[in-house]
Amino acid sequence: MIVKWDFAWNILPVLLKAAITTLEATALGYAMALSLGLVLAIVRRSRVRAISWTAGGIIEFVRSTPFLIQLYFLYFILPNYGLTLPAFVTGILGLGIHYSAYTSEVYRAGIEGIPQGQWEAARSLNFTKLQIYRRIIIPQAIPPIVPALGNYLVGMIKDTPILSAIAVVEIMQRAKIIGSETFRYLEPITMVGIFFLLVSLVFSAFIRKVERGVSMDRRIEKAMEIKG
Amino acid sequence: MLFLPQLLEGAVVTIEVTACASVLAIIMGFAAGLARLSRWWIVRAVTVVYVEVFRGSSALVQLFWLFFVLPFFGINLTAFEAAVLALGLNVGAYGSEVVRGAILAVPKGQYEAARSLNFSHSRMMRRIIIPQAVVAMLPPWGNLLIELLKNTALVSLITLSDLAFKAYQLNQATFRSTEIFSMVLVIYFIIALGMTGIIRLLERWFGRGILYRGAA
Repeated sequence: MIVKWDFAWNILPVLLKAAITTLEATALGYAMALSLGLVLAIVRRSRVRAISWTAGGIIEFVRSTPFLIQLYFLYFILPNYGLTLPAFVTGILGLGIHYSAYTSEVYRAGIEGIPQGQWEAARSLNFTKLQIYRRIIIPQAIPPIVPALGNYLVGMIKDTPILSAIAVVEIMQRAKIIGSETFRYLEPITMVGIFFLLVSLVFSAFIRKVERGVSMDRRIEKAMEIKG
Repeated sequence: MLFLPQLLEGAVVTIEVTACASVLAIIMGFAAGLARLSRWWIVRAVTVVYVEVFRGSSALVQLFWLFFVLPFFGINLTAFEAAVLALGLNVGAYGSEVVRGAILAVPKGQYEAARSLNFSHSRMMRRIIIPQAVVAMLPPWGNLLIELLKNTALVSLITLSDLAFKAYQLNQATFRSTEIFSMVLVIYFIIALGMTGIIRLLERWFGRGILYRGAA
């Protein structure tokens, strides 16, 4: 038998402990991507051309360059400017920045989907710009884009192993350490693969459920529009 | 600018990996996308397993698996082979969904018209369905191949001396991080721009003769 089951069983607790770091990094990185992405989406809609073009340029650049290089960029360059962060924090920062470029496009689609009349009505009621976004636009723009945002959560989980490149001890790095200590890569790396497979299958199923919920709400709304 | 020649050497490897893996990804994408529509359930089942496994587990894990684990089964791949195989299979799994979606999106009338003209199944697919589906699938394929390009940076972690690897090495040797990594980001960006340009050309080439109905 090639697979050593008792070895796999022995390393399972260690790997699961590292998996917590993976999930923590994902949760924090995702929180950052959601908030920074919204800011970028709104800034990109600025009426000042220089501002909206700069935001658009940054989004395009971040989207077209590899996450690993962006991570190295943060990890090696920030200390030059006196900002020495732990690898874990740099990793979260990297995930957050990289994915905010993607979420900002999703937010943009959501915001652009709001009928012009909503803006006009809010403006005619003398709402300030901040109030319009907070009370009128964002509450309506978010629900339809929840599934798209959720897909990026799944994408982000699968990118966390890249944090191992800057020595964050998440599940992939732990597996590599076990491999180099025991000279057995078969079990640890296979187990990491199974972990990501399970996590992303569970998350995708959950998102599909949410998606169905969202479209159901929409259908009810439409039905009511026709009736009312 | 001192580092440019060495970085460009790495960029050549990056482009080689991207090109080879793209070819594999397109082959796998079409094979799996068509297999998903097969009449035989066993073919569909095998395809679903392939697609779910490669989409569900991370690209880096797949890369490490091919490079570090396959030797346990007596298969020793070079770093370049493992890189092309991992990226090609990974992106191919995503691409299969694109292919399947585009084929299903071809209007039913096209199938009926082809059948009523007594086309065989394979001839109908080749002459009628796929040429129309290709137009619709080009933009998403473009995005996927840009993703593939970005993921080639991961091959530096299995010791292939691509652009990312050269950057890391130069940084370790000189500590001039800002210069090196800024240049590398710009080089990747330029390669991505080039790929986008090629895809635009292809869109125009495949789209010729098709009236715009807002579908493509």
